[in-house]
Amino acid sequence: MSLASKLLNLVRVLVMVLVPALAFLSVTLGSPVALGRSKRPQQPPAPAVKDQKSAAVKGQKTAPAPAPRHDLSGTWEPANGPSEGIQPDGVKAMPNDGKPEHQLPYTPYGLQTYKSHHALFGPDENLPEFNNDPRDKCEPLGFPRMNFYNLRETQILQNEYKVAILYEYGTAWRIIWTDGRELPKMVDGGVAVGGETKEPRYYGYSVGKWVDDTTLVVQTVGMMGEERVWLDTAGRPISDQVRVEERLHRVDHDHLDWTVTINDPKMYTKPWVAMDKFPMKLEDPHRDVMEQYCSPSEMENYNKTFAHPASAPAGQAPQR
Amino acid sequence: MRSKVMAEVVLAVGMVTLTFPLLAHHGTAAFENDKKITVKGTVTEWLWSNPHCLLQFDVKGDDGKVVHWVGETQNPVSMTNVGWSKAAIKSGDEVTVTILQVKNGLPLGRVVSVALPNGKTLLSGEGESREVREKLEREAREARPN
Repeated sequence: MSLASKLLNLVRVLVMVLVPALAFLSVTLGSPVALGRSKRPQQPPAPAVKDQKSAAVKGQKTAPAPAPRHDLSGTWEPANGPSEGIQPDGVKAMPNDGKPEHQLPYTPYGLQTYKSHHALFGPDENLPEFNNDPRDKCEPLGFPRMNFYNLRETQILQNEYKVAILYEYGTAWRIIWTDGRELPKMVDGGVAVGGETKEPRYYGYSVGKWVDDTTLVVQTVGMMGEERVWLDTAGRPISDQVRVEERLHRVDHDHLDWTVTINDPKMYTKPWVAMDKFPMKLEDPHRDVMEQYCSPSEMENYNKTFAHPASAPAGQAPQR
Repeated sequence: MRSKVMAEVVLAVGMVTLTFPLLAHHGTAAFENDKKITVKGTVTEWLWSNPHCLLQFDVKGDDGKVVHWVGETQNPVSMTNVGWSKAAIKSGDEVTVTILQVKNGLPLGRVVSVALPNGKTLLSGEGESREVREKLEREAREARPN
């Protein structure tokens, strides 16, 4: 074989091997899947890295800087003091304090469900031993109750696909998708996602949309039903039919307002606002958030050592 | 002068009546909220736990009889927010405890304050005005590292 023939054969082999290989690589590496990119429509990406220090942390006495665009990230705490988000009497905007203006628009079933809840707080409060709050069995609080019980230091992390809210209580977190996907539809037994029925979740299925430069509106559906969760610590009910709307509005660089509207036709005759522009302020980004947890063994010890004897009628106290 | 005296009276009444129950875990059904008593005793355990921390201590009566008390506070996060810690109280500490006793008369209650052997007094904010609690929270925040 002549040298020319050998070279020609080599070229043929290279073409046979390299062309399909290059074609394969261009299809796979170039695809959104291979690159870890979603095919979903993208919203404009958030600006890369932000200054998360508040004016107070920087020692500045000037007014806070304007809110950055499409950015909620930071460590936040209730602006009016660390106890403001405990909400023992029920949701902040409508506490269960017996005042007529705080009466919720119950359906008959909603009222019946409320009456079946023996809460430790409110006008119908019970002694510790006689409450049936799922919280006291260390069940997950679920959403939206996470916003209405011990809302304390709250970390918000985000990227171009999602916003993650990390709650202090229960070391629990939620994901809010901002990648353009649609909110799942509520169906019997859960929600419909891509033609499949997906199970209800304690923290639901959340989708967020920026309605302006500084306001993220979040819709959440697909939560657990009334047999598993309560709305608040005053025993108000919530059902699997609830749709929750949150508006997270970054007022300026150092402040965030959080509004929550409950729309649950099974329990309430009309939508109502449970948290109305609840103010949060930006903390030092170096802040190391504590744990607040429910431990069944610690709960058992507390009940045995304190709650049960404290609940006993006078004269019938257990011997210790 | 008169207005200053009146202001002090109003403030004092306010401090007494506008108490700010924290109650992260349970309500007041078991408590006489206005009945504070003060006892001296020896700490047997300071349990830093959820849903409430528990202070257990023995109080020796004039007759020599020892009564075992259990006082609850709020949870570790809330107590940290008013300047308490797991390490602040030790077994064996001689303490003076002010407590809101439960209605049924058992030696149980909600801890208002603990005077420690080192002369420092820890205030829980229970049974106090909102202003007192907020002051405690501000001071604790300033003293707390990240």
